[in-house]
Amino acid sequence: MNPVFQGLLTILIGVGGIFAYFVLSNMLLDKVLFPAKGPNASRNINRANLIRPWLFLAPTIIALSLYLVYPVIGSFIRSLYNRSGDQFIGFGNYSSLIASPDFRTAFMNNVLWALFVPAVSTFLGLVIAQLTDKLSWGNIAKSIIFMPMAISFVGASLIWKFVYAIDPNLGIINAIRASMGLNPLDVLQLAFWNNFFLMAILIWVQTGFAMVILSAALRGIPEETIEAAVIDGANPFQIFMKIQVPQVTGTIVVVWTTTTILVLKVFDIVYAMTGGNFNTQILPSYMMQFMFRDDGRATAVAIVIMLIVTPVMIQNIIQARKEMR
Amino acid sequence: MDNIVGKKTGLAVAANLTVAILVVLWLIPTIGLLVSSFRDRDAISATGWWRAPFSTEQTFRGRGDTETVTQDGALFILTGNVFDDPEVAPSFPDGPATISAFGTRGNNPGEYTAGTTADLGDGEALLINADGTYRYALPEDPGSRGPRYYIQAKTPPKFTLSNYETVITAGGMGQAFINTLTVTIPATIIPILMAAFAAYALAWMDFAGRSWIIAAIIGLLVVPLQLALVPMLQLHNQVGIGQSFLGIWLAHSAFGQPLAVYLLRNYMIGLPRDIIESARVDGGTDFQIFMKIVLPLSFPALAAFAIFQFLWTWNDLLVAKVFLPSGEATKVMTVKIADDLLGSRGGDWGILASAAFVSIAVPLLVFFSLQRYLVRGLLAGSVK
Amino acid sequence: MATLKLTNVGKTYGGTVDVLNDINLDIETGELIVFVGPSGCGKSTLLRMIAGLERITQGELQIDGRVVNDIPPAQRGIAMVFQSYALYPHMTVRDNMTFALKLAKKSKEEIDAAVSKAARILQLEPYLDRLPKALSGGQRQRVAIGRSIVRDPKVYLFDEPLSNLDAALRVATRIEIAQLKETMPESTMIYVTHDQVEAMTLASRIVVLANKGIAQVGTPLELYERPENEFVAQFIGSPAMNLLAGEIVETGPRTMVKLVGGGTAIAAVETQAADKGLKVNVGVRPEDLTSVQDGAPYIFEGKVNITEALGEVTLLYFDRVGDNDAVIGKLPGIHKGLRGTSVRMTAEPDKVQIFHNGQSLHYR
Repeated sequence: MNPVFQGLLTILIGVGGIFAYFVLSNMLLDKVLFPAKGPNASRNINRANLIRPWLFLAPTIIALSLYLVYPVIGSFIRSLYNRSGDQFIGFGNYSSLIASPDFRTAFMNNVLWALFVPAVSTFLGLVIAQLTDKLSWGNIAKSIIFMPMAISFVGASLIWKFVYAIDPNLGIINAIRASMGLNPLDVLQLAFWNNFFLMAILIWVQTGFAMVILSAALRGIPEETIEAAVIDGANPFQIFMKIQVPQVTGTIVVVWTTTTILVLKVFDIVYAMTGGNFNTQILPSYMMQFMFRDDGRATAVAIVIMLIVTPVMIQNIIQARKEMR
Repeated sequence: MDNIVGKKTGLAVAANLTVAILVVLWLIPTIGLLVSSFRDRDAISATGWWRAPFSTEQTFRGRGDTETVTQDGALFILTGNVFDDPEVAPSFPDGPATISAFGTRGNNPGEYTAGTTADLGDGEALLINADGTYRYALPEDPGSRGPRYYIQAKTPPKFTLSNYETVITAGGMGQAFINTLTVTIPATIIPILMAAFAAYALAWMDFAGRSWIIAAIIGLLVVPLQLALVPMLQLHNQVGIGQSFLGIWLAHSAFGQPLAVYLLRNYMIGLPRDIIESARVDGGTDFQIFMKIVLPLSFPALAAFAIFQFLWTWNDLLVAKVFLPSGEATKVMTVKIADDLLGSRGGDWGILASAAFVSIAVPLLVFFSLQRYLVRGLLAGSVK
Repeated sequence: MATLKLTNVGKTYGGTVDVLNDINLDIETGELIVFVGPSGCGKSTLLRMIAGLERITQGELQIDGRVVNDIPPAQRGIAMVFQSYALYPHMTVRDNMTFALKLAKKSKEEIDAAVSKAARILQLEPYLDRLPKALSGGQRQRVAIGRSIVRDPKVYLFDEPLSNLDAALRVATRIEIAQLKETMPESTMIYVTHDQVEAMTLASRIVVLANKGIAQVGTPLELYERPENEFVAQFIGSPAMNLLAGEIVETGPRTMVKLVGGGTAIAAVETQAADKGLKVNVGVRPEDLTSVQDGAPYIFEGKVNITEALGEVTLLYFDRVGDNDAVIGKLPGIHKGLRGTSVRMTAEPDKVQIFHNGQSLHYR
């Protein structure tokens, strides 16, 4: 069968199936189980309305519990077994992780990523948001900075692989070095600093996100507070630092945490650029190294990532409960 | 703010300059790749992509045309124009260029300036003029094989689509493109449908446990999906889904739920309460109210999430690597690039560049045409 | 077409927070009942309970003799006009009006007839194919009303329908609603507002809500002329009724009260001999006060602090009178030079109310 046709057919079945579920289940509820007719019409309507929320929620709840809740438990249990999964070894995987220098490198690199990437992209995003706000071509500039958001991490890695290429006829960095009479340099093999060259890629992608959100937050600041500061004699820099930034602190925190969470999920960049060589491994890519080979280790790394994320998760839930009240 | 008296122009200049520098920094990597994707292998290794729009000095080689041989005393004379040579001509589709230098040895192709006669000893002499006409004097009959010469000439910038042709046909990116589409479209539409119903229930229906479900979904927003990989693949294998398109649709649909429900609920709860209640008084069941009132009114939020999910599934490498079989027939573009091209064709930059652009063309198109909705969605998801 | 009966109806949120208590009310066919009260008194909640949008936690609601506590809104035979109009923004005027009929699976002829009738009554014919956003505020309001008319409900419910309109349009639409009511004498309407002018002009009977309950039910004039309690007395009418403390000195068909400030008030309220010496408040509306010459009996004497000339009337703000420092008089026409002078005021006996413990003695 032609793959295009097969694709179309599966799309139809998949999308049609889920839609049919909603239509048919509601029809069953309203027409067969509790028809809005006859002597019990009102009672039936009320009963149908008791059941309906769960009809609406069922696919989502099933999907979430299967694909996100169960795996937390499933991964944890799996991480207590050995490579082939037939022998219970307690926290053996964890202790061998801690003993492994590779894991420690990955962990420390990840700490570096989690500090550096959110800080730089939030800072750049804030500065660009503020600067572009007053420019006539600000929106075009924003579009360009925002654009990498649409590009896959793999695509972004390829783009930067080009920038970092050793051949001075390819890589712009080495071209500049060559023009200054310096020898070509493989920045991806540069001990320690190579991490930062990888982080630059994620910063390149993520700054647009920070910029868009902070730009909206900056625009949401009451104009009067800025005008009052102008009359009070504050210069533009003081206005920015003392009036505007404090009023968007909440948003900065949101952007910062969102980016931090992302840093713990992105394995693509390291995978495509260095494959984790030259001491550039981070936890997500380290996990992928064991995926399909030693699921016990892989799940143990995943649980470590989960543990790091947990405080943010709890904070979010508390915040949400507070807002609902 | 724009009307405030006495604004400093120096600051405005600095702002313009800073933004301009940042924009250039942001654009350079992408442009480099884009330009390179249209250059052939030789051009890429000869000069940097930043020189691509300019003429470049390049070396070509040809042979004296033995058809034209005439005898002048003891010497055999070959004449003609280098640009008519079958080896040289294809590089100059727009007609002759200006020759700056020539030579007879490959290791020194620019030994003599154009227009001067090179005395090669034993009566052998070569003159190549800037316009390409030449006169080659030889002491003995060259036979059917003319003598080698080298010329240096400026070639006009040259762009080609051959990389794209190669990558799409021979490179397998065409198949990968279709596979990506096959993954992406259902993995975008199905979660929206699921989430829209759930979001409506969480926004406008009253039932016990509602606030706990909302809190749980917000909590799940940050759960790293790495956790799901091993146990879910195991489960897929057990129930017979295995590694397949069906499996990846299910996975993407589920992983997209927290954000989708969160975004859509935030939007739906902002719809006027009166409208929903009015529809209720008008006799609509929640199903009818959802289909006829809430769904059409939620279009901006649906669009925002659709873009998110589309970009995410299109660009995804992790889920595709785990939930799809690794065979050629099911490879999506990201896997193709990361595992195949970066490995086997690591040196062929033209192919890599064009493959990258095949994979990012659609997201970029979506991005630039629907940026408005994307921004709105980002804001709805992050600013409280 | 329909009667409503509320018996001991109440509303409690979360088992603890009382919003409404013990509401008893009978509404006859063809009445236009207006719920008024200060904000937060629960008037909108009561309306939404009748609509079925809020659960009735105590008591019983009957429509046409049938208990409807557990019946969903659409089955109660009601139609509601919302404060924000609640037009479906993505539907044309026609689709807005036919939405309910289509959901009820009415025949096409029936739907067309109902729409063209409603459009004619409300002069909406030219706008039927427009979207709500292309209409003015007043037109949107008429569409909202039209949407309820096409359903031919037993009871119309209006939730502050005019509060989003500007002042001029509000008056015009108010008159339109009054005329609409006249064309449909059989239909029962319940109307919630915080604007007492709307209440006075539209209502056949007004229900004043306060302190989680009904303060008084009556025709607009009953409420104005014979308020049952001090709350209603002060809520209806603007400026509010003056209350002056005193003591009953003579009883009988007419009652004489000696006021703290020194004056005497005679009220056409019957009292018993036993009431003599009762501490009471005397209520007089500012517009019922007239000035009297020296020597004639007066209710109070007060120094005019501030005057406000509104053209048709002049408002007098008195310095402290007795123990009340917010006494106001309202004299027709323009009066200059009163400021700073002392004026004696009186009123006709049938315009004077007497309250004891907040309740009018008239209703004893």
